Amino acid sequence: MSDRIVDKTAAELAADIREGRLTAVAVTTAFLDRIAAVDGTVKAFLHVDREGALATAREVDEALARGEELGPLAGVPIAVKDVVVTKGLPTTAASKILEGWIPPYDATITERIKAAKMPILGKTNLDEFAMGSSTEYSAYAQTVNPWDTARIPGGSGGGSAAAVAAKMAPLAIGTDTGGSIRQPGAVTGTFGAKPTYGSNSRYGLIAFSSSLDTPGPVSRNALDGALLHEVISGYDPRDSTAIDAPVPPVVAAAKAGADGDLSGVKLGVVKEFDQTFDAAEPGVVEAYRQAVEQLAKLGAEIVEVSCPSFSYALPTYYLIAPSEASSNLARYDGVRYGLRAGDDGRHGLEEVMSLTREAGFGPEVKRRIILGTYALSAGYVDAFYGKAQKVRTLIKRDFEAAFERVDALISPTTPFIAFKFGERTGDPYQMYLADLYTIPTNLYGGPGVSVPVGLSEGMPVGLQVMGPVMGDDITYRVAAAVESTQDTLLADTAPEIEEQ
Amino acid sequence: MSRLNDYDKAVETYEPVLGLETHIELDTNTKMFCGCSTAFGAEPNTQTCPVCLALPGALPVANKAAIEATVKIGLALNCHIAEWTRFARKNYFYPDMPKNFQTSQYEEPLCENGYVEVAVDGVDYRIEIERVHLEEDTGKTLHVGGATGRIHGATESLVDYNRAGIPLVEIVTKPVPGTGALAPEVAKAYVAELRDIVRSLGVSDVRMEQGSLRCDVNLSLNKPGEEWGTRTETKNVNSLRSVERAVRYEVRRQSALLDDGVKIIQETRHFHESTGETSPGRSKEEATDYRYFPEPDLAVMEPSREWVEELRAGLPELPRKRRERLQATWGLGDKEMQSVVNADAVGLIEATVAAGTTPTGAVKWWLGELSRRANEAGAELGALAITPEQVAELQGMVDDGRLNDKLARQVIDGVLAGEGSPVEVAAKRGLEVVSDTGALEAAVDEAISANPAVAEKIRGGTHAAAGVLIGAVMKATKGQADAGTVRKIILEKLG
Repeated sequence: MSDRIVDKTAAELAADIREGRLTAVAVTTAFLDRIAAVDGTVKAFLHVDREGALATAREVDEALARGEELGPLAGVPIAVKDVVVTKGLPTTAASKILEGWIPPYDATITERIKAAKMPILGKTNLDEFAMGSSTEYSAYAQTVNPWDTARIPGGSGGGSAAAVAAKMAPLAIGTDTGGSIRQPGAVTGTFGAKPTYGSNSRYGLIAFSSSLDTPGPVSRNALDGALLHEVISGYDPRDSTAIDAPVPPVVAAAKAGADGDLSGVKLGVVKEFDQTFDAAEPGVVEAYRQAVEQLAKLGAEIVEVSCPSFSYALPTYYLIAPSEASSNLARYDGVRYGLRAGDDGRHGLEEVMSLTREAGFGPEVKRRIILGTYALSAGYVDAFYGKAQKVRTLIKRDFEAAFERVDALISPTTPFIAFKFGERTGDPYQMYLADLYTIPTNLYGGPGVSVPVGLSEGMPVGLQVMGPVMGDDITYRVAAAVESTQDTLLADTAPEIEEQ
Repeated sequence: MSRLNDYDKAVETYEPVLGLETHIELDTNTKMFCGCSTAFGAEPNTQTCPVCLALPGALPVANKAAIEATVKIGLALNCHIAEWTRFARKNYFYPDMPKNFQTSQYEEPLCENGYVEVAVDGVDYRIEIERVHLEEDTGKTLHVGGATGRIHGATESLVDYNRAGIPLVEIVTKPVPGTGALAPEVAKAYVAELRDIVRSLGVSDVRMEQGSLRCDVNLSLNKPGEEWGTRTETKNVNSLRSVERAVRYEVRRQSALLDDGVKIIQETRHFHESTGETSPGRSKEEATDYRYFPEPDLAVMEPSREWVEELRAGLPELPRKRRERLQATWGLGDKEMQSVVNADAVGLIEATVAAGTTPTGAVKWWLGELSRRANEAGAELGALAITPEQVAELQGMVDDGRLNDKLARQVIDGVLAGEGSPVEVAAKRGLEVVSDTGALEAAVDEAISANPAVAEKIRGGTHAAAGVLIGAVMKATKGQADAGTVRKIILEKLG
């Protein structure tokens, strides 16, 4: 099985290409063929760019033949969540309102991927505008979980996680506003990292919630994630909220963690999270508790910390994120690009804008625009948006206080395993609970990763590791240590999908 | 059309309270949040990019030069410069605003609590400044196919985004009571002073005709001793003269309504340049809730005190100081200087003197003949097609005796018609004082023989009668003779 190109990790593929055992074209072709064979079932991709990917792969092979030094992931293909702008490639945010839009420019992280000579395989599915936890709100396709095709792949980045889990890509780009990298990672048995807010440029990332959105890596293990993290991370003057500081040494941290020694590391378990475990699935809680025991065996000191404001994280998030979204999504009006509805000579300008938005946005996006518009309205803004900002400050303080005592916090990534399609779309609150444990990190701005730790009912469970702002390295180190306890990477034990 | 009161009667009964909101486009090289050019007059939509077109994913980065310019304006207006300030989003849908929100400032403006002093009829008025903040301009919409150029009835709407994102400074006064009948003049003087201050800072060309300075006029009326009335906001008042007219019109309109016991509605009104009238705009029912909130895409600004003091120390001489200095240098009386200021001629006269003319000569042309021409054309004095250097050249020719005043006015005709400099016009049109005494003597002889009775009177000692002969000679020489010289010749011949 491990002779197959698509079974290899990104680190292995990079070494094989660099050292001449495989060509970039062979590697890229293998993944493109895998997409052709299984994506009819998984439906992770909204757009596949065979020609573009192969062109980059050829450049890599030619450059290597000339003896040029290339970056650490040169020739390793990647899938990009369709909320990241790619010049010349359709970018839709999985929304009808952007159907057919071809961006005339590249996001900063797209530029960095191109500069690193990584072939872009295509664009992956998501919940429309990254709003959702199941990818069921995509306007285009229903991505399935490669572990069980009757179940959701998580969301919003279900496409990127499923592509990596189904070995259609060794690496993918995700974006995380409330858990959209980590929760899909947890439910598909893949690794996903939400880096420190501001450490990865948002320029060219289609905005959902500006103060929360963070692009990051999706991979099969921590080392691969770290390699991609270092390719895309770093200061960008085009993003005013970017942090101008050196990228934390995540690759070194992942390598250090792989030796399985966490002695001297203090890990905090959050009391207020423990109090929610009654409502979480027992299998998830069980897998999490075993992981905590494992970490203690690796030498980590487990400390209970209290973060009282975490209890308010979910409502706080569902005021701030929709408020910002209601404004961020105002630009989709049919005037300059994308869908235009009702422009038949019988409707006025405002009616065309209104009809375009009515036709172009799906139900969850509309729900959040309405929610956010309300939360910012005169007479309500102080009670809702204003109060949420104050609670956000308290949540940050809880994190800061916790990191006075511990190096990182740990928790389950999500309270439940991948649920079945349609199970939670009828009740938005049940859907929102998927991000119960991931949202605090976004409100704080620090890094958080999800690493597979076990199974419940045959489905993957993830452990979340949260670090201090710009302390991304500790999260990678702990995740890699967890992986070191597994004989076979959990990501490699997924059931085979029948090739077509 | 609304019933209007006589203005003088209106201000006998009511006291106006003014409020002015002024928008000034900064002339930074690049836009507020992207690297696009701000040059005026380019082909539509050629000065745009992902950021100012609000393409998905694009992010703003604040223009430091614009922040610096705004702080300078704030300092020149005696404002406090905020230690901590940030941008906010003003949300509303309009197709010329690409993001459907304007990045502006809300509760934390860059500059606050300043004042400007303006003089009208020798009295100083202190205009309190509430805030000076930084925002971005919108694009321009052109409605095609309708009769009015307005959105209603149009078949197509075209948008030019070249202007979208140009840095815009908004300067808001506190309410200005106590101006009485002079409210229109005070409003105009304030806008003129503001314009001159901004121009002296070199941060905007403040050209009202190009829309780089735009004004909204708030006005309410109340009876003496009563509370302030409900105000109207008249938008897009885009020349100094219009500011004056808009205030005057609203005083007349509102007072007529109040006389009839009708309540003033708080509303936005439009000013019509052609008629000088205002008409209602958006009504209160449609009033927008802008849902302001802090702009999460932009970092907070914390102007350091050192930097602010550096900018303060670097401020140029401000207009009021400059006027005092020039008045003393030119030796003008208060009243004369006031006329110069009212005619908006300070800079023009300064430049004319700098080009080598006496202050008296410069003042004479700009306040006299050229002001008259500007009034006739309904244009601002500075918009006339004659430069201070050309005025200096003209006066130089008068001083040299090459032109008399009448010929000089004809030369001005030529300069304004674009025929060249005064020297060139005089040459082309053959306008020059006849100094050839031979030719003049012949003309005088002819006049004497044509008017024997008049000649006799002069011989008899009635020198005043010489005017008739001078007139005849001037006519014969088409005004190109020097009257003094002609008179001298006549008296020599008949004396």
